[in-house]
Amino acid sequence: MNHEAPLLEVGFLTFNLSTVMMLLVAAIIVFLIAFISTRSLKLKPTGMQNFMEWIMDFVKNIIKSNMDWKTGGRFHVLGITLIMFIAVSNLLGLPFSIVYGHELWWKSPTADPTVTMTLAAMILVLTHFYGVKMKGTGHYVGTFFKPMSFMFPLKIVEEFANTLTLGLRLYGNIYAGEILLGLLAGLASSGAVGFIGAIVPMMAWQGFSIFIGFIQAFIFTMLTMVYMAHKVSDDH
Amino acid sequence: MFLDNLVLGAGGASLNSGDIIATLVIFIVLMLLLKKFAWGPLMGIMQQREELVASEIEAAEKARKESHQFLEEQKSLLKEARTEAQSIVEGAKKQGELQKEEILTVARNEANRLKESALREIESEKEKAIAAVRDEVVSLSVLAASKVLSKEISEADNRALIEETIAKAGEAR
Repeated sequence: MNHEAPLLEVGFLTFNLSTVMMLLVAAIIVFLIAFISTRSLKLKPTGMQNFMEWIMDFVKNIIKSNMDWKTGGRFHVLGITLIMFIAVSNLLGLPFSIVYGHELWWKSPTADPTVTMTLAAMILVLTHFYGVKMKGTGHYVGTFFKPMSFMFPLKIVEEFANTLTLGLRLYGNIYAGEILLGLLAGLASSGAVGFIGAIVPMMAWQGFSIFIGFIQAFIFTMLTMVYMAHKVSDDH
Repeated sequence: MFLDNLVLGAGGASLNSGDIIATLVIFIVLMLLLKKFAWGPLMGIMQQREELVASEIEAAEKARKESHQFLEEQKSLLKEARTEAQSIVEGAKKQGELQKEEILTVARNEANRLKESALREIESEKEKAIAAVRDEVVSLSVLAASKVLSKEISEADNRALIEETIAKAGEAR
């Protein structure tokens, strides 16, 4: 369980090569899915185009439930990319994990807190950016003192809490799923009895992890749009 | 042993600063690529479909209105044609009636005329026949008288006499 990470230090940067590789794999899979399914676009959609359009409408509805479409339309691309990237990332670690030497190479990239916190921080920075861009600096600063000025410290805490919960919720769910899968895999490889005993909980947990993987992708996208709406909408 | 892994930067003693950059770069590049190659065209086609649907609905509405108008036009045309046909039939009937009257009067006149001329002819024939009968009677009488009298009187005198008598007889009748 306690595998090493393949680290590479370049100057002052430290890369976890497995994380970078898994990010690339997830990105390539997402890109291929999206690219292939949008090759022969028709007005009357068939097959994969239907699926992609369903995802687009799904994200569109998430955005619409938080803000009006005129404001939220610009986050559509971000939302679709987020939900697909995170869903694929969450599922990557489910079928197997690869340990080479003592180093864990194949896992979900979202089972790494650095990745999820980076995504969460990116989202929060984006919300602040769009808050300033669309509402003006005055209005943006003003939101920190509403409804009462003594709420200011709480508002500051809220921003950090949002970032932390957004990133760590995803990380925790996926990492826990992988830990349990790893434990079950260890049980299965321990012997014949262990193998038989591990099959059923393994299948159950994998099914549940698939569910969690999609749910977490949905929650991440949903919260992204909620935080975004907090900053850019008038009525929130 | 697990607790170590739950700390930020799990698996390593230091923060994997390179991962942060890698995550950002990969995600942003993925987003841009998808926007260019997948979401853009897909959104375009969805937009296009929306427009198509809207225009189709509009066209259908227009066609419906047009057909309605056409129907009304046809209805009014039909009504017009029907009234026209009725008027034509009526006119024809009236004309027929008129013609019938005309033909009847002409026929009646013709018949009258024929009858009259026939009557006149009959009359003249009758006159002629009477005259002929008279002549015959006169000559027969003369013959008879001359036979009876056996006396030769001038035929001319005789004749005058007899004619007178007959004329008298005619008058008496």
